[in-house]
Amino acid sequence: MRAHPDIRPTRWAALAALLTTSVLLTACGSGSSGGSGSGGGPAKSGGTLTFAVGSDAGCVDPQQVASNDTIYSVRQLVDSLTDQDPETGEIVPWLAKSWDISSDATAFTFHLRSGVTFSDGSKLTAQVVKDNFDAVPKLGALGTLAEGYLSGVTSTTVVDPLTVKVTFKQPNAQFLQATSTHSLGIESSASVKQSPQRKCSQGVVGSGPFTLKQYVQNQSITLGRRTGYAWGSSLWHKSGEAYLDKVVFKVVPEAGVRAGSLQSGQVNAISSVGKANEAALKGGQVTLQRRANPGVVFGLAFNNARPALKDALVRQAIGFAIDRGQIADTVFPTGTQPATSVLAHTTPDYADLSSDLTTDAAKAKSLLEAAGWKTGGDGIRTKDGRKLTLTVDWIPNSATNQPALELIQQQLKAVGVALTLKQLQVTQLAPTLQSGDYDAAWGNITRADPDILRNSFSTKLANFYRVPVTELDSALTGQAATTDATKRKQLVQQAQQLIVRNAYYAPVVELQTQIGVSNKVHGLNFDASSRIQLHDTWIG
Amino acid sequence: MRRYVIKRLAQAVGVLWAAYTVSFLVLDFLPGDPVTAMAGAGMDSGQVDPAQLTALRHEYGFDKPVLVQYADYLGKAVRGDFGDSVSTGRPVSSTLADALPQTLQLTGAALLLAVFLGGGLAVLATYTSRRWLRQLLLSLPPLGVSVPTFWVGLLLVESFSFRLHWFAAFGNDGLRGLILPAVTLAVPTGAQVAQVLAKSLLTALDQAYVETARAKGAGRWRIHLRHALRNASLPALTVVGLLVGQLIAGSVVVETVFSRDGLGRVTAAAVTAQDIPLVQGVVVFGALIFVVTNLVVDLVYPLLDPRIVVAPGRKAVAV
Repeated sequence: MRAHPDIRPTRWAALAALLTTSVLLTACGSGSSGGSGSGGGPAKSGGTLTFAVGSDAGCVDPQQVASNDTIYSVRQLVDSLTDQDPETGEIVPWLAKSWDISSDATAFTFHLRSGVTFSDGSKLTAQVVKDNFDAVPKLGALGTLAEGYLSGVTSTTVVDPLTVKVTFKQPNAQFLQATSTHSLGIESSASVKQSPQRKCSQGVVGSGPFTLKQYVQNQSITLGRRTGYAWGSSLWHKSGEAYLDKVVFKVVPEAGVRAGSLQSGQVNAISSVGKANEAALKGGQVTLQRRANPGVVFGLAFNNARPALKDALVRQAIGFAIDRGQIADTVFPTGTQPATSVLAHTTPDYADLSSDLTTDAAKAKSLLEAAGWKTGGDGIRTKDGRKLTLTVDWIPNSATNQPALELIQQQLKAVGVALTLKQLQVTQLAPTLQSGDYDAAWGNITRADPDILRNSFSTKLANFYRVPVTELDSALTGQAATTDATKRKQLVQQAQQLIVRNAYYAPVVELQTQIGVSNKVHGLNFDASSRIQLHDTWIG
Repeated sequence: MRRYVIKRLAQAVGVLWAAYTVSFLVLDFLPGDPVTAMAGAGMDSGQVDPAQLTALRHEYGFDKPVLVQYADYLGKAVRGDFGDSVSTGRPVSSTLADALPQTLQLTGAALLLAVFLGGGLAVLATYTSRRWLRQLLLSLPPLGVSVPTFWVGLLLVESFSFRLHWFAAFGNDGLRGLILPAVTLAVPTGAQVAQVLAKSLLTALDQAYVETARAKGAGRWRIHLRHALRNASLPALTVVGLLVGQLIAGSVVVETVFSRDGLGRVTAAAVTAQDIPLVQGVVVFGALIFVVTNLVVDLVYPLLDPRIVVAPGRKAVAV
């Protein structure tokens, strides 16, 4: 949220920065929050905010969209049952004024606020929530986020007109946080009855602070203020309607053009500011806002069943050989933090394990010696005639992936581990992880609930990383089954320690969302998932 | 003449079929499929139930043997039905119809600029008797061909939008929004027109009929434009026919840099999403434009040069 340190920009530096940006930056993760206050005189209503984003998901249904650039706009169309405080991770009231959770975390009862209406005039009732939660699992592959949150749901029942109860087969503590996400944003009953394709192209009717005015594919998404809005999240500063009359999201794929458009005042804010464009944006008129995405940090996901990687010593050695600070500083946008756990520091129940995640080449070498890998003639270690060569699979969903991996390659070579980089088609990654035919994969997952660890590391689920059955399972299962915040925190921290100390995953850097905002714009805030909230935003 | 046209039409259909088939095979050989692409791509995409993916594949027919899929698609394509886009669910034909006008504006304007500026440059370079000016002008086309379109686009945006504020940096807003992208796209195209035309103008000026005309007392401009240019324009015309294909391909880059809507953006998005029906539609449509343009060019030859006779059983020959 701080402005960059001032570096005097020259015309040529800006031009050079612009011209070298030959890569379209694609945001790969999602979510986070932050709270920028609203300085700069008294807040005033009115005006149009123009926001340039890099891509269009081809869909304007919040329940289906998973790409940040489109979430920024569709999030404003719907309200959620709850909201999540970006500072504390705490779940707070929004459409639900309160809730009860059964002690085994299998049943969630929400008490809805009265007087909420959708923009088509229909009222929010328990039946509408039921209609939503009944429809979401049917989205299947079209709405993987939403569907995942509701996985294992047995029924949603209307207790009374303003009380709704959701029951799961198994304990599902993450569901409370899930109700705060855009994916489970509540749409009108008429909307959820439409086909997923139609919701994508025509948009949905929500109860949010803005309504969809126009959607032109690959071009723009225009939102208008919802008049009479009076049921904002308990986290928002302004009560009642939003400040802005109108918000126009323009799709501008080229990062350099986005940066120049912001700098020259053609737009008020832009998404996905990469390192290459920071220089062009330095100066008085623009503030770069940044927040680390919660969830699993960028890192090497090991296939823990591979012969060389079965040995914890080898995995730990790789962890010690990686210089996270160097990677964060040279490749990623300013302010990106090296990983200090398998979870980013903005994730609820994160544990600081920076003392375990140090860089120590000498220790890496001695661990490899202890594991029986001896230095060979070409500097690459061997054992029983085999070389210590690993292949990392990666996909080009972010401009930082390749340079980050090339640095890791050099760092590992210094301790005698040869790393080969293998670029996959974006669609190939999931099938590869599923097949188990890989050594390591590079990636991250954004989610503002620590339950994401269970998805990735529990042997009871997909277990892509082939993690052995250990006490980690009971920690992961336990945290999903407890409603006691203290106990859950303890279990989540234990799980992080087990993952980091056994090096099932080599955490490298946190993904940071960085947006550029004109100084005329105030109160453009990150939510808990590092996406934006525009109700409190105003133009001065 | 009629046989000539029929033969050219048959060839055109052959080209369309080949474009369709090759693109189908290439898309089929790509790893992954549109359904996997739809279900998300990150490390967390394993949360999708494989049964649901199978159901989706069935819905779109991707589970059928490849030959059956090919026959299905081809049968419908012949009737003008390219199916629905996998990523948006909209019919391919209406997606293309929406994008077409923007791209026609862009490529049309670029082609006009390319022909007039490229042609003008060639005429001027060959007309001038100042050696240094000729050298300078003749060195521009190779430069224009070799600078990346992407770079030219960014340079223009930087100068005329961000610095001078003359034009918006993005969007499809009328003539003003058209100028920078059209110039960008016209640079490599015009450069090729200039290269070919300048070379054939120089050749033509060495011909005997030029001597004759000069001996008869015709002025330099008259010789240049009436005699030499007319003969020299045939190779340039052939190049223009081929350049139409290049313009359509160039629109992918230019529309991305200038955030314009159009076929190029549709293509880029469709390829990324492995949206097979949409890519197929784009390929066939692009091939159609290319084929029609070249057909028109072939038919214009005899008008420009009466020596080209379209006799039965003989191909039209361009000199």
